[in-house]
Amino acid sequence: MDEGNTTAARRADLKQLIELTDISKDCGPLVDIPLSQQIPLPPPFDNLEEEPASTPLTDAAKEKYECDLDSTIAVNIPKPESKEEEERLVKSFLTGMKKLFEEENNWLFLQPLIISAEHCAKCQTCSEACHIYEESGKSEIYRPSYRSEIFRRIYYKYIKGGSEWVHGDIDLNWKAVARLIELSYRCNLCRRCAQTCPIGVDNALLAREIRKVASQEMGITVKELHEAGSVLQQKVGSSTGMNALVVKDNLEFIDEDTTDRTGIPVETPFDKEGADILLIHNAGEIMAWPENPGAFALLFNAAGLSWTLSSELAAYDGINYGVWYDDVQFARTAMLHMKAAKDLGVKKIVLGECGHAHKALTVIADRVLSGDMNIPRESSMTVLLDIVRSGKIKFDKSRNDFPVTLHDPCNMVRLMGVVAPQREIIKAVVPENRFREMAPHGVENYCCGGGSGFAIMSGHNFAEWRHRFSGRRKFRQILDAFQDEPMDMEHPKYVCAPCSNCKGQIRDIFQYYNAWEKAGLYYGGLVELMVNAMVDSKPDYIDWEWH
Amino acid sequence: MFIIPYIVAYVGILVFAVAVIGRFIMFAKLPMHLRWELYPVAHEGKKASYGGSYLEEFEWWKKPREKSAVGELKVMIPEIMFLVALKEHNRKMWTHSFPFHFGLYLIIASTMSMLLASILSAIWPALAGGRFDTVLQYAAAVCGVSGMGLGIFGAFGLLVKRLTARDLKAFTTPADLFNLVFFIVAFGVAFLHFVTVDRDFLLVSSFVDNLVSFNLAAPPADGGGNALLDITVVLLSLLLAYIPLTHMSHFVGKYFAYHAVRWNDVPNLPGSESEGKVGDLLSQNLTWAAPHIRGGEGKKTWGEAAMENPATTEEK
Repeated sequence: MDEGNTTAARRADLKQLIELTDISKDCGPLVDIPLSQQIPLPPPFDNLEEEPASTPLTDAAKEKYECDLDSTIAVNIPKPESKEEEERLVKSFLTGMKKLFEEENNWLFLQPLIISAEHCAKCQTCSEACHIYEESGKSEIYRPSYRSEIFRRIYYKYIKGGSEWVHGDIDLNWKAVARLIELSYRCNLCRRCAQTCPIGVDNALLAREIRKVASQEMGITVKELHEAGSVLQQKVGSSTGMNALVVKDNLEFIDEDTTDRTGIPVETPFDKEGADILLIHNAGEIMAWPENPGAFALLFNAAGLSWTLSSELAAYDGINYGVWYDDVQFARTAMLHMKAAKDLGVKKIVLGECGHAHKALTVIADRVLSGDMNIPRESSMTVLLDIVRSGKIKFDKSRNDFPVTLHDPCNMVRLMGVVAPQREIIKAVVPENRFREMAPHGVENYCCGGGSGFAIMSGHNFAEWRHRFSGRRKFRQILDAFQDEPMDMEHPKYVCAPCSNCKGQIRDIFQYYNAWEKAGLYYGGLVELMVNAMVDSKPDYIDWEWH
Repeated sequence: MFIIPYIVAYVGILVFAVAVIGRFIMFAKLPMHLRWELYPVAHEGKKASYGGSYLEEFEWWKKPREKSAVGELKVMIPEIMFLVALKEHNRKMWTHSFPFHFGLYLIIASTMSMLLASILSAIWPALAGGRFDTVLQYAAAVCGVSGMGLGIFGAFGLLVKRLTARDLKAFTTPADLFNLVFFIVAFGVAFLHFVTVDRDFLLVSSFVDNLVSFNLAAPPADGGGNALLDITVVLLSLLLAYIPLTHMSHFVGKYFAYHAVRWNDVPNLPGSESEGKVGDLLSQNLTWAAPHIRGGEGKKTWGEAAMENPATTEEK
């Protein structure tokens, strides 16, 4: 057995011994989970030995960044250069935590926060609801309540006051702070655990509050979410780096391509004042899945809708990464979206296939919008269903004669209650015997594993971590859904994921496990399925070869 | 000495009432928060059965919003009475948590029966000893005994689990164990009192009669010589006062978790209540210190922070 394997085995043995107080100990990574601890996937991926080997962190990364939680790094927290700096950072963390419980600084989430901070019965009901905990082989640190309980103990010991006898002990030092911040990025914020809590405690909310302390007080953020995410969007217009000119150019190309592929002339309108609808895509679609905005344009035009895209700053990119880590960044992006809609004088905003954009603008921003900024926001799912019901477009189900399953994006489904429209659309465009649900599905679905920003985070070996742990349950569900089909490339199967980040994560999992070649698994959005079945369009809009 | 149980009982009731009401007021006075609902939302009518919401409707803001109070009750009552969420998601815990909680409800029912009988007898003395009074007395005894039995069984089971199950043990504090032991002892003594002295609940009922009428004399049937009754009353009263001072006040938090957070999906339509409140909230200063927020020293409001764009300012 080599040294790596010995360490892994030792860690595996230790997994049952990890205590809450270990968070503060100077003892290196708390876990390094070997593949052998994980549950094998369904066929044809059921041989653990055939799974890709894990890539260890480089020595350079270990030297530069805090990495004492597990075998990966999400946040890139630089190691403090002195004890004084450590103390300053711990103090800053505590100051931030205090601010979480102040009305002026956190009225936005104060009530849900106090409910969750003060009412856990420590029954561990939440654990089995968590796909990361389960797929890690029940590793203690990924238990949803592990993070929350540490947060709670810090709260009682250092902020609210309370005895150790009642609330338990914890030592707050730099190790604990660094690990806790990193641990807040081992949660997809899918809130599946909150659904099962007998009291209503929300571990995901607490994870997000920890992220807020790091970002809003300490200035510690994940680069992909902050500098290359929300800041870039607010500066250039999109986290993809595309400015308005580039977006318009790309859309022109997409229009041409869609016209060629469907035989139907397509033109995407920009900045049309007084249009009924401002459609906001996740700009990632424009870059990575151009057939999605192309399909939207085709369908909206064919249905005779009055719609437009905007070339205003941030308004051609529906993403709002602040929703995962920072209330101020969240509010700024939401305001940019709403201002663009107001300036165009549209009657409503329709959100494309992006789950977190749905939730951010429709639900979370809702109560801060007033006056002429309070323009109605609507899911594209309901608009597309209205098109189907109107009969303005004819669909031929037989064109989608392949197995289809549907992924429920958490933000759109569990957190907004938009469950049925996408299913009714699928019923209209896919033969009944070809569609199958995942188990569980709807509001009880599992996260794709890319939620809360993970889908765009791939630094160091973090992408591997999200495939092995956060994305594994979704991959298992997908495989289970198709187990009655021949699992090979000759029998393509379609995973419909009406969310850009979910698609990104599913793309990455499929690539990691070589899922097209080994099982014929393909993924795409909902509008692609619709156009693929559109009678007036040339057939084969779905490009299987592009997997 | 017989006056002490009365004093402790009054204090226990007072502390319980003040603490519960205080906690309720604390939660109710917290500022409006951003929407953070979690589906299924029980009042969404037919859509609630699969977790759907009004946001599934085309141009939902133009349609009347259905809110079903019956739908909420259909979820709340089984949840409160039978701990449905725990039963569904953590059956091992439920096997003891349910009898424990149901035992508490039965003890509350027993107490309420005795209080009702005492109050009615005080208002209409003719009712005392009548058929209705007997029914209430019988209900109090049945509920009280079964409640104590279930409570002891549940609390003991939970205690064993907390001491033996690794995942529970790691999170358990000495106070968690003390709480369960307190229940076992208080209910155990009460049960002993029932078995050995007061099988008809006459002593405890006459104590409640006196409590209601502020007659701080020894219960007539007791003659003042029963220390077990005194100990029972003192322990149960202390327990009553203790519950809301601990995390066992989670019944208050649970109410707000469901009604103010999980099920609070009220949309902000023009002229809504939230539109009126948000102005004041946005005018509060924030003091977050990270450079991208540039809170300064309480000099920037939430409204200003939201409307500015430092990313483009830096560019200039």
